[in-house]
Amino acid sequence: MNEQGKPLLVVGGGIAGITAALEAAEAGCQVVLVEKLPYLGGRVVRVHQYFPKLCPPGCGLEINFRRLKNNPRVTVLTQAELESLSGSPGDYEAVVKIAPRHVSPACTLCGACTEVCPGERADEFNYGLSKTKAIYLPHALAYPALYALERAACPPGCRACVEACRYGAIDLDQQPERKTFRVAAVVAATGWVPYDASRLEGLGFGRAPNVITNVMMERLAAPNGPTGGKILRPSDGRPPASVAFIQCAGSRDENHLPYCSAVCCAASLKQAGYVRSLYPEIPITIFYIDLRTPGRLEEFLTRMQGETNVELVKGKVGKVEEEPGSGDLILTAEDVMTGRKTVRKVGLAVLATGIVPRSEGLPAEFARDEFGFLADGAGRTGLYAAGCVRRPEEVAASVQDAAAAALKGLQCVVRSVRHG
Amino acid sequence: MAKKVGVYLCGGCGIGEALNLARLEKVAQREAKAALVKTHPFLCSPEGVQLIRDDLAAGAVDGVVIAACSPRMKTEAFQFDPRQVLERVNLREHVVWSHPPKDEETQALAEDYVRMGVVKAQKAEPLEPLAEEIARAVLVVGGGLAGLTAALEAAEAGYEVVLVEKEAQLGGFLAGVRERFPAAPPYREPAPDGLRSKIQTVSYHPKIRVFTSARIVRTEGQPGAFQVTIVKDGQSVPVRVGAIVMATGWKPYDPARLAHLGYGVSPDVVTNVELERMAAAGAIRRPSDGRAPASVVFIQCAGSRDPEHLPYCSSVCCLATLKQARYIRRENPEAAVYVIYKDMRTPGQYERFYRAAQDDPLNFFTKGEVTSVERQADGRVAVRVRDTLLGGEIVIPADLVVLAAGMTPNAADGEAIRALEDAEIKMVKGETEAQRAEAARKAEQLQSHKGTEILHLTYRQGPDLPTLRYGFPDSHFVCFPYETRRTAIYAAGAMRAPMDGARAEQDAQGAALKAIQAIEMAVRGQAVHPRAGDLSYPSFFLQRCTQCKRCTEECPFGALDEDEKGTPKPNPYRCRRCGICLGACPERIISFKNYSVDMIASMIKAIEVPGEEEEKPRVLALMCENDAYPALDIAGLNRLSYDASVRVIPLRCLGSLNIVWIADALSRGMDGVLLVGCKWGENYQCHFIRGSELADRRMENVKETLQRLRLERERIQVAELALDESWRLPALINEFVEKIRRMGPNPYKGF
Repeated sequence: MNEQGKPLLVVGGGIAGITAALEAAEAGCQVVLVEKLPYLGGRVVRVHQYFPKLCPPGCGLEINFRRLKNNPRVTVLTQAELESLSGSPGDYEAVVKIAPRHVSPACTLCGACTEVCPGERADEFNYGLSKTKAIYLPHALAYPALYALERAACPPGCRACVEACRYGAIDLDQQPERKTFRVAAVVAATGWVPYDASRLEGLGFGRAPNVITNVMMERLAAPNGPTGGKILRPSDGRPPASVAFIQCAGSRDENHLPYCSAVCCAASLKQAGYVRSLYPEIPITIFYIDLRTPGRLEEFLTRMQGETNVELVKGKVGKVEEEPGSGDLILTAEDVMTGRKTVRKVGLAVLATGIVPRSEGLPAEFARDEFGFLADGAGRTGLYAAGCVRRPEEVAASVQDAAAAALKGLQCVVRSVRHG
Repeated sequence: MAKKVGVYLCGGCGIGEALNLARLEKVAQREAKAALVKTHPFLCSPEGVQLIRDDLAAGAVDGVVIAACSPRMKTEAFQFDPRQVLERVNLREHVVWSHPPKDEETQALAEDYVRMGVVKAQKAEPLEPLAEEIARAVLVVGGGLAGLTAALEAAEAGYEVVLVEKEAQLGGFLAGVRERFPAAPPYREPAPDGLRSKIQTVSYHPKIRVFTSARIVRTEGQPGAFQVTIVKDGQSVPVRVGAIVMATGWKPYDPARLAHLGYGVSPDVVTNVELERMAAAGAIRRPSDGRAPASVVFIQCAGSRDPEHLPYCSSVCCLATLKQARYIRRENPEAAVYVIYKDMRTPGQYERFYRAAQDDPLNFFTKGEVTSVERQADGRVAVRVRDTLLGGEIVIPADLVVLAAGMTPNAADGEAIRALEDAEIKMVKGETEAQRAEAARKAEQLQSHKGTEILHLTYRQGPDLPTLRYGFPDSHFVCFPYETRRTAIYAAGAMRAPMDGARAEQDAQGAALKAIQAIEMAVRGQAVHPRAGDLSYPSFFLQRCTQCKRCTEECPFGALDEDEKGTPKPNPYRCRRCGICLGACPERIISFKNYSVDMIASMIKAIEVPGEEEEKPRVLALMCENDAYPALDIAGLNRLSYDASVRVIPLRCLGSLNIVWIADALSRGMDGVLLVGCKWGENYQCHFIRGSELADRRMENVKETLQRLRLERERIQVAELALDESWRLPALINEFVEKIRRMGPNPYKGF
């Protein structure tokens, strides 16, 4: 393949974007990878374990980051967003806006800055379940391996970190900048956000502290999470006496997300496994409409069905109320198989909130369906989508998608060379 | 060998405060005989890096040892010619961040690491990348939707394509389909398939050569240079390709095995595939009397999700039923459709399709279990269902019953075929009666694989891709779905895993990309995933080979073939550079220019072992460099502390462990050996498949050595560790060292 082609622009540095960038680069393309956060890894880096293998995402990310470090064809820009796009397939002009990190690549991760930093910020890595200093390393595997400073969290006039840094890596006055790239094609891999659980009236999120979402559950189960991997109730920091999973929290609901989010069934089965391995005895209930574990994932369902004290109830939970005093939750659900209403008391409820495509910031040239997913085949040549911004899907499918999008991008690069 | 090794010590990040750098310099210069030693307070700064660049440019050094942070850090700063000898010594994460400063044992640890790094660099040689002539052409096997897509997409990227289809026509399963699942908004109606135009584009594409009614009789060679023999009309056609996409599709589960769901009780019990063919050919009619059915029952999971049949979900049958229900309702507005399901599985936007079907008042859906399907006196078929949402048991009289039969792969199991061949040979040549009988039993078990070859690879490890589960040659890895155990051969579409057409097209594009990438990496002489970009490869000193066949058997990627005598025939382009062959070889004749038995052995010998009276144990820890080693880095980053008597050497894979290293360590007087690799077993995490498991198995052989030396077996421990378990490492290390202390020193100290 000709190495002279224009680069491919990949927007989004989650597993789909990282993969699209690497697959194209290893095939010979130049790639610009743009990520909004200060680190790559998107949603998966915050996941405790993948289903169905129950392996840590860091293992695959470590390989991917090594691929990135060794590949001079990929330019990674973090805290960066695609601001505008013009031109046509084979020759787009992309303007990328880069927010200041305030920490340069001279940072060595020595950590002297954090020791002296008086500021604090909510840790978005832990979905706000914990705090970091204003200057922080996003997580231990962070790529790029650099600290970042959230300037808004600095006390006025504070220069403690600048003085502590022996490597001159901190610049409090760094300004946003814009970079313009001429690219042959764009792959949007901007991923997803969890559906806003506070909009699920009646399910108690935001009012009852022991109602959490599935993404928060990942952090509670992760050894590098806010509880060191112990699943503890937010209300009192104690182990739950029982756990309920509420499926389709938003998904398959005409009033919220009229589509199926595709991964929540397997995710909840997996999380039920987290609970089971920490607390071998406590009752676990999963309320579902249909259990959707396609392909090999079926084994995963079978295994959980065989667990003791795991109950699968076909029926939607209508109401979650907090029991005054105890922090326990009273769930009211319909049991479809018996046709009766069922009321349960549980210690912790996990809402299997769905996947909302994060497509709102992308240029209008990307065609969307009514839900905001980037529609298949409806986009223009030169603009491609991969991962959950395209449709709700699990990690392996996002990665497949990313390889496919890399190919489409590569074709544009090849054509752009041929036609000059 | 790097003759002039330069050692560059960094004093930053606390290294300078915690260690006596002057002593480290002396160790590097006087003991390790480095050609040049320089210290810089901030080595990864532009000035620090320039120091190294200048020495390289001036020819003052031909190999570089950077004693600073972990080799996983600052890789962009310390990037030189990738062929050059570069060794990183981890003084930061593994020494000063995890051990007390200004401490004798901490200093000793750092000095050992410097000695080890220098000797490794001295033994390493610059890399000379492979540079054979590479064919920029892709073979696609199968002319269905996935195969057509892979062929077209690879050709559109500028590559020559050879497409082989066994049938006379292209199109595969889709050729007999009326419409496809809705792929575009509003996702409510089935849509035309567009197959014909795709077939046309492929047929007339200047870069695609199509062979129909053709099969492959032989595939030999390696990535970049596969020699494939295609037979068409009795003629042999040789083609040379660089990579292969397998897209041989699927076949429906054998309906003869669905008698329990009424298949065979009446001609009016058909499978979903039979119904689709009928619909594609014209209208849907009852096979018994040719009349349009007024009531149709679909039985979902006919075979699928059933431990007696297919334990997996076939992923598409719910959608196929929704589509076929739509055909029926369009053709006959009076007809009623009943769907008996376990769970309706319509992921993503397909939920809208389900919703559209639910909105139709004459579609009835119920969860339930079918207990019997019988022909009634009036010729209709009675379907008895229990545990329904309608309460209790119901009987539905149907004009037509459709069994949503599952998908099975159209794949060959290369390893099973090889095992069958081995068993058949052993049936005759086995030494004892019992061996021959055992082989016969095994051959009997594997009979169904006879003659199923598709690719006819001439690989020692079998003629086709190995399979993962249920006969599908899928990837084991969530994050690497295109990981393949036969380099540059990728599976796509429903032969790989049950999937719908839209997904299969996507998958085929991805597989085409991987095929192209494998070719381009071969052109550059680089390894593909997971050591992507590695320019090293193993060489074999065959004069000393004893034909034990361990390397050819243990290579997870089938890279090594054998001649008649059993001597390995390397195929470096198939190689993934894990070094498992190097670990397997008892004669130690396999080595990489930058990774060899001698290099690691020399590192072990560079460790200074204090005398018995000093009561300072020394423990060797060999760690997987992808998981355990980074986990130890993270422990350092988090300033977790652990015993300083451990000397860590990262291995490409724990499977590359050669047991001579253990003998070396123990005979040098080291007190114990800790091996830390990835998890193994069903959900293994080793990216080289069986590396840690193989290492564990090799420990059986070590135990004999230990017995002979009268050393305790407990001096060696194998541990499994995932990358996110850095918090476990200090305890793991400390407990092992404690155990060793209790055992007392190795009596071979000082010998």
